[in-house]
Amino acid sequence: MTFPLFAEVFLKGILTGLVYGLMALGLSVIFGVVRVVNFAHGEFAVLAMYAAFVLFGLYKVDPIIASVPVAFAFFLIGYGLQRTIVQPFVTRPQHEQFILLVGLALVLVNAMLMVFGPESRQVDLPYSLDTWMIGPLMIDKVRVYGALAALVVTAALFAFFRFTLTGTAIRAAADNLVGAAVVGLDVKKLYALSFGVGLACVGAAGSIMTALTDMTPMLAPSYTLLAFTIVIVGGLGSMAGALGGGLLIGAAEAVASAAISPSMKSMVSFGLLVIVLALRPQGLFGKAES
Amino acid sequence: MSALLTATGLVKRFRGLTAVDNVSFSVEEGEVFAIIGPNGAGKTTLFNLVAGVFAPDEGEVTFAGARIDGQAPEDICKAGVARTFQIVKPFPDLSVLDNVAIGAMLRTTHMADARAHADDILRKLDLHDRRSQKAGSLTLPDRKRLEVARALATRPRLILLDEVMAGLRPTETDRMVAVLRDINRTDRLTIVMIEHVMRAVMALATRVHVLHHGASIAEGAPDAVTRDENVVRSYLGSKAGAH
Amino acid sequence: MTTRGWVALSLAAAALVAAPFVVDRYLLSILLLCLIGAYLGQAWNILMGFCGLLSLGHALYLGLGAYTGAILFVKFGVGPWLGVFAAMAVAVAAASALGWLGFRFRIEGVYFSLLTIAFAEVARIGFDNWSFAGGAAGFFLPVASEAQAQWFNLRGGPYFFYYLALALAAGALALSAFLRASKLGHAWLAVREDPAAARALGVNATRVRFFALFISSAMTAVGGVYLAFWSNNLFPAQIFDMSRSIDLILAPIVGGVGTLFGPIVGAFLLVPLGEALIDILRALGLNAPGAKALVYGALLMIIIAATPNGLWPWIARKLKLEGRGA
Repeated sequence: MTFPLFAEVFLKGILTGLVYGLMALGLSVIFGVVRVVNFAHGEFAVLAMYAAFVLFGLYKVDPIIASVPVAFAFFLIGYGLQRTIVQPFVTRPQHEQFILLVGLALVLVNAMLMVFGPESRQVDLPYSLDTWMIGPLMIDKVRVYGALAALVVTAALFAFFRFTLTGTAIRAAADNLVGAAVVGLDVKKLYALSFGVGLACVGAAGSIMTALTDMTPMLAPSYTLLAFTIVIVGGLGSMAGALGGGLLIGAAEAVASAAISPSMKSMVSFGLLVIVLALRPQGLFGKAES
Repeated sequence: MSALLTATGLVKRFRGLTAVDNVSFSVEEGEVFAIIGPNGAGKTTLFNLVAGVFAPDEGEVTFAGARIDGQAPEDICKAGVARTFQIVKPFPDLSVLDNVAIGAMLRTTHMADARAHADDILRKLDLHDRRSQKAGSLTLPDRKRLEVARALATRPRLILLDEVMAGLRPTETDRMVAVLRDINRTDRLTIVMIEHVMRAVMALATRVHVLHHGASIAEGAPDAVTRDENVVRSYLGSKAGAH
Repeated sequence: MTTRGWVALSLAAAALVAAPFVVDRYLLSILLLCLIGAYLGQAWNILMGFCGLLSLGHALYLGLGAYTGAILFVKFGVGPWLGVFAAMAVAVAAASALGWLGFRFRIEGVYFSLLTIAFAEVARIGFDNWSFAGGAAGFFLPVASEAQAQWFNLRGGPYFFYYLALALAAGALALSAFLRASKLGHAWLAVREDPAAARALGVNATRVRFFALFISSAMTAVGGVYLAFWSNNLFPAQIFDMSRSIDLILAPIVGGVGTLFGPIVGAFLLVPLGEALIDILRALGLNAPGAKALVYGALLMIIIAATPNGLWPWIARKLKLEGRGA
């Protein structure tokens, strides 16, 4: 592989990685606070893709713009889901949480299959094929826009957690649940908010992804696995980790599919996962538990 | 008589904080050795260094003439050092009998023998009538007794007791003191105990070692130590006056 | 177990032995799937229910066992009764790698579970790209007609496979019961309940976890060999798939994790439920692709929400089948 080609592929991977990172951020926020692994994460990502697809079909809304309303709708779904279905499972063993969310994943993916069918769909944006030339490098415009949108959403989220009272309360609950309850925070509400924020991340990321790639319901499990890989590499429960992990996995998969073969890209990210687990079980950005 | 357990110059730091700071002591076979000190003095960390939960940063621990510091907890238990946990750790979903039998199976070939041994110990600790109950449903005093029963079941030469009297009523404390004294006398079991309940310390201990901020500040016979100015100032304070 | 429990068990066993003489082939094939589900559930239950290690990637051992048995038979002429040992060895080797990584580096809880998924996925992608084993296009065993039944090569009719499945399920139950009562079983329970306390009582947590992983993976690999010779075709996208791992663990979870009869109860509920759903939905005119899986997913959510700890403890209590502490 020549250097310009490598640089181009690498850059493409980084740009996609920002969107992956946003998706994984959702998983990380939910686990960090509620301590439930959302095994239906990829299913929600694909659901968001179809939401953006429908908005584009009906009202010609650009999927990148659509990330805002989709994220908002997903926030409400997440909030409702935690309040109704997930909350009773917070204290149940991990394998029972797993079955609940796998059940939910089955419902989601098959509902999409029944509504949209198994064939792959995509949106044709007017600038889908536009590129910029930076020196010898050819960069897709749509990928840049998508990455920027993901960055904006991520920055907004960081601001929410850092500067708002609710965000601080959520961080407090993630840090020390008993302490949060003792100082009078409504933990159940914080859980619901966190699940909502987590799904808003997937909603935005899925929506943006619609601009970048085709969709089929069958993709859902692989997105779930992708999100897992990213958060473990970055550090489960660490926000910066999800983002860093997204960049790393995005770049690694892009380079691997160009250099070896597309089917080997997940192999490479799993290889990274194993290496990271062996060297730093808490993830690259995670804090060691004492 | 040579010492059964010796700690020499033990140091353990956590992220810059020195939890155990150059602590040395030695315990003779058959002794009841108490370690006292205010909360946060490093007593439980010291136990964890002896029991193999952590390896010390400096210093060494020998038991029956062999180095044990840095060894795995299970190997130290096999060597003959049993321990209880201050924050009790029962196997909540298993019966009381199974809890103790798991300790006993260390020295038996068959589960049946382990159960029989566990039965004897439960009788000794007044837990026999609760033996088919799940450990998770026990009251705190019973859980404390279960901790002791489980540790005893491993047939140790030395037992580390971490605040087994805490939370017990005075009559229960006296009962536990009697049980421990009996095991100490008849089975020649050496006891090292961390204890806040001075009534139990005074009744049982042959020697007392006082820790403060991770360092040793006094050691000696119980009567002498409780009169020591340093000890009174840093730990016993008003407590000693109340007695 | 109570006397009622022993009577119930004997009746169930007698019914299963007699089944081939009574039921038709379709029902027999469903019973066979129940038995295999129960068998694989027992294997997983040893790891999770007894030792507390949540594997979400047991398809790894199933697939490795299936492929090892099939490849040895087709490419090297090694019969399955011999090949099954190789299958177990391969699965145990993979389990060793996983265990080494997991236990040596203290990868615990949810991290361990996600590691098991990663291992299964790596195997799936690997086999997808391994042309010697057929790659993604699959690996096929020669189909033997029932007339040429060769029991020594695991070639036989439905009765043969049915009784073999019954033997596997019964054997797994007996093995589980034996292990549960043994010293090793008690050490597992101790490690499951509280690893630190277990170690303080002289239990070598790492070693007993390895034993659980070895036994569980070897048993699962045996199930893989069975499935390979029963179905005659293998596809990485099926046998190594995440959904396979999920199927495998549903029965013991729904039936009751850590119980002896939970995996059996779970399998005998879930397999017929899946089959019945197809018929019910067809009767309702809902035969769109996905409808069955959608309802199945919803039912899973309802079952798991309604029966914490699984069905077996509840059934055993209601019918007084088990003594205290069992």
